[in-house]
Amino acid sequence: MATESIKYLSPDTETEIKTKSFPRPHQNTSGIVNWLTTIDHKKIGVMYGMAALFFLILGGVEALLIRSQLWSHNMDVLTNREYNQMFTMHGTTMVFLVIMPLSAAFFNFIMPLQIGARDVAFPRMNTLSLWCFIAGGIILNLSWFFTGGSPAIGWFGYAPLTDTRFAEVVGDMGPDFWIFSLQILGLASLLASFNFITTIINMRAPGMTMMRLPVFTWMTLIVSFLIILAFPAITIALVELMFDRTYGTNFYDFLEGGKPHLWQHLFWIFGHPEVYILILPAMGIVSEIIPVFSRKPLFGYGLIIFSGAIIGFMGFAVWSHHMFTTGMGIVATSAFSILTMLIAIPTGIKIFNWIGTMWGGRIRFETPMLFALGFITMFMVGGFTGIMHSSVPIDAQHQDSYFVVAHFHYVLIGGALFGLFAGFYFWLPKLTGKMLNEKLGKLVFTLMFVGFNLTFFPMHYLGMIGQPRRTHSYNEGHGFETWNQIATVGAFILGAGIVIGVYQFVTAFFNKKLKDAGKNPWDARTLEWTLSSPVKEYNFARTPIIKSRDQAWENNYGPKENHSEKEPLDDHGVHMPDRSWYPLVSGLGFLCLVIGMLFHQSVDVNTGEILRNYTFAIIGGTVAIFGIIMWSLEGPAGYHLFPKEEEE
Amino acid sequence: MSDASAHAIEHHEPVTSTGIPSKKVLMWAFLGSDCMFFGTLISTHLIYRKISATVGGNSLDVRDIFDIELTSFSTFILLASSLFMALAVSAIHKGNLTSTRWMLLGTIIFGAIFLACQVYEFTHFVYAGEHSLTLSSYAGAPHVFGSTFYVLTGTHGTHVAIGVFWLIGWFVYSFTGKMSTADAIDIECCGLYWHFVDIVWILIFPVVYLMEYAF
Repeated sequence: MATESIKYLSPDTETEIKTKSFPRPHQNTSGIVNWLTTIDHKKIGVMYGMAALFFLILGGVEALLIRSQLWSHNMDVLTNREYNQMFTMHGTTMVFLVIMPLSAAFFNFIMPLQIGARDVAFPRMNTLSLWCFIAGGIILNLSWFFTGGSPAIGWFGYAPLTDTRFAEVVGDMGPDFWIFSLQILGLASLLASFNFITTIINMRAPGMTMMRLPVFTWMTLIVSFLIILAFPAITIALVELMFDRTYGTNFYDFLEGGKPHLWQHLFWIFGHPEVYILILPAMGIVSEIIPVFSRKPLFGYGLIIFSGAIIGFMGFAVWSHHMFTTGMGIVATSAFSILTMLIAIPTGIKIFNWIGTMWGGRIRFETPMLFALGFITMFMVGGFTGIMHSSVPIDAQHQDSYFVVAHFHYVLIGGALFGLFAGFYFWLPKLTGKMLNEKLGKLVFTLMFVGFNLTFFPMHYLGMIGQPRRTHSYNEGHGFETWNQIATVGAFILGAGIVIGVYQFVTAFFNKKLKDAGKNPWDARTLEWTLSSPVKEYNFARTPIIKSRDQAWENNYGPKENHSEKEPLDDHGVHMPDRSWYPLVSGLGFLCLVIGMLFHQSVDVNTGEILRNYTFAIIGGTVAIFGIIMWSLEGPAGYHLFPKEEEE
Repeated sequence: MSDASAHAIEHHEPVTSTGIPSKKVLMWAFLGSDCMFFGTLISTHLIYRKISATVGGNSLDVRDIFDIELTSFSTFILLASSLFMALAVSAIHKGNLTSTRWMLLGTIIFGAIFLACQVYEFTHFVYAGEHSLTLSSYAGAPHVFGSTFYVLTGTHGTHVAIGVFWLIGWFVYSFTGKMSTADAIDIECCGLYWHFVDIVWILIFPVVYLMEYAF
């Protein structure tokens, strides 16, 4: 951040006292300490994004290995266990380490700017959430190096695949790594969501009423509520599973009275809202982009938000459509079928509203808009096949076939990932202050769009003619080869597109040749575009007083009474909270706790008894609690900035 | 907030959009989420109570080991602790630090008695001889009741223990001389948590204990 424009006053004496008893890095610190101790929502957003892009490449490599194995009949690229590990890790990585953190990156960076806040409500908790996410990513991928390698249980971890007695490798630790990484990732998501909810409810600028919030902020709020209400189900399911595997309880042990079926229910009570946790942020992003590139206000703002809320609400009432073939009985199956069909209505409303926004607009086909249009069309294909699945007899035919793989990749790549890429092309100029190369962006879009459709459209057909999913090879004579080869070629094209895109995003921070973006390169509509690019560390020199929904647009084109005003700057300037080491300390503590729990068991060679040693776990837990106590004692402290008027 | 930063804080007491302090909104959001944690555990318990009442012909009558008098007593103690908590919150709002301190101590002691009863109960169940209830079995035969019982009530016990440590933190802090009405919001959040944990027990007690006597 450009500090030369900021005049630092001598720090308050109070701040000095705090600094003596609690060592905190100086506010002007640079280098690695700057990133490790930051509590700035923008830097946290960047770190979330960069880590998630790394995992995107990792998960992509796993996907390409899967596609290589399926190139032709009876290939030997991967053994069947390695294949199972690949699709497990691919699924878990893409859901928990890519799409969710990419959404979190946008929540962190954009949402406070859109509501006129200087930061989120609890900046240090936000940092802890980031470190927990990183810890979860590390734990999941550490599994490759220990007994049994990575989990081979699918991202859904169905019981009794997770039962220790049925492990392919004796003492398989894969599922344990999977359990603990999901727990700590869940902690990260919960902390972040509590924070976002509080921020949106409580930190809005004066005049920013709920019905003036940008749609992306609304979707952040809805997704945060989904996370805090859906994650407990999987957390408890995983606790029960951990007890089963480690302490011999019988929750999912069908030999001793447990019911594997319960796992499916608990998993999907979380798992279906999770689908909306993945897609609603992308819908929010697209709802921001389409009005900008159509030069029209969003059509049906209230309806779009209401539909989002309805989708979130109904998302809790449709989980069993993942389980139509488990024999739940006619009543349950019919009820879930009808509810699933109903959820198509709010989704359809959103799509018609986006089309209504474009209708009669002056559309500019720049990269963000191309991705947004790609989102609408591809998401619609995924939506149509989704409606097909809501019909129980059709679902029974499609269950566990490649048709389902095609369906959810249309929703999650064609939907979520295209939406997030649209967000990158749209908002990166705000982060870096530089425009991205438009030609390269269009190349990325073309590669991704063509590659994606080549990969996944044939899977509809493959599923219909009977290729089962999660199966590591197929025999000659089924006629699967041609379409699988097309899909594999497509996957490599898609991979190339994503790699170029990621390269473009990462280099955007360093590339000196790119054009300056200025405040509002797209002539966009929402509050973040009234700020300089890159955004100053204090966001708003003076808190804006909001007068209308599309504030940046109204400031430029609207009548005088709709222009935003600014609160007077009092003689204390902008209060900025201090950096802190303690979120990192707590994050490391949680990491040690999890590692300690993973390795606390050993078997006595002589007696065969299980020995338990919790020393490392207790040390980790103590460090985590120490971090939290110290952080509550140190307080936010802070310093004061006096930005110059023209810097706003 | 300590006195040392009072000057800086005074001028920056954040004005929130709703007028409700952010910490309170955070606590309510957390409690909403915690409802789902306990909801999942209680559902698991109820489902298994219905569908796995017997395993391999081994029917279960936990009344053989339940000590309903003891559990009723500890329930009463936990509910009474809520009164102390409410009085502590009221006292800190009025700036009465001495009263706050002793009411916090009352809450801590009653919470600790509840935990002691639970530790006694768990130990008693595990070592109940031929009626031993363990994580995986009842009276020597595999059963799910022990799994759901210990994990559900244990999770609640963990919540109580966290609450007790949190309160001990405030109790100790009250001797540093830094405590003031500025801390009222933090103690109120602590109180919200404590009352919530109590309410959950009001649900668990009939569902896990009393129901075994009714049906």
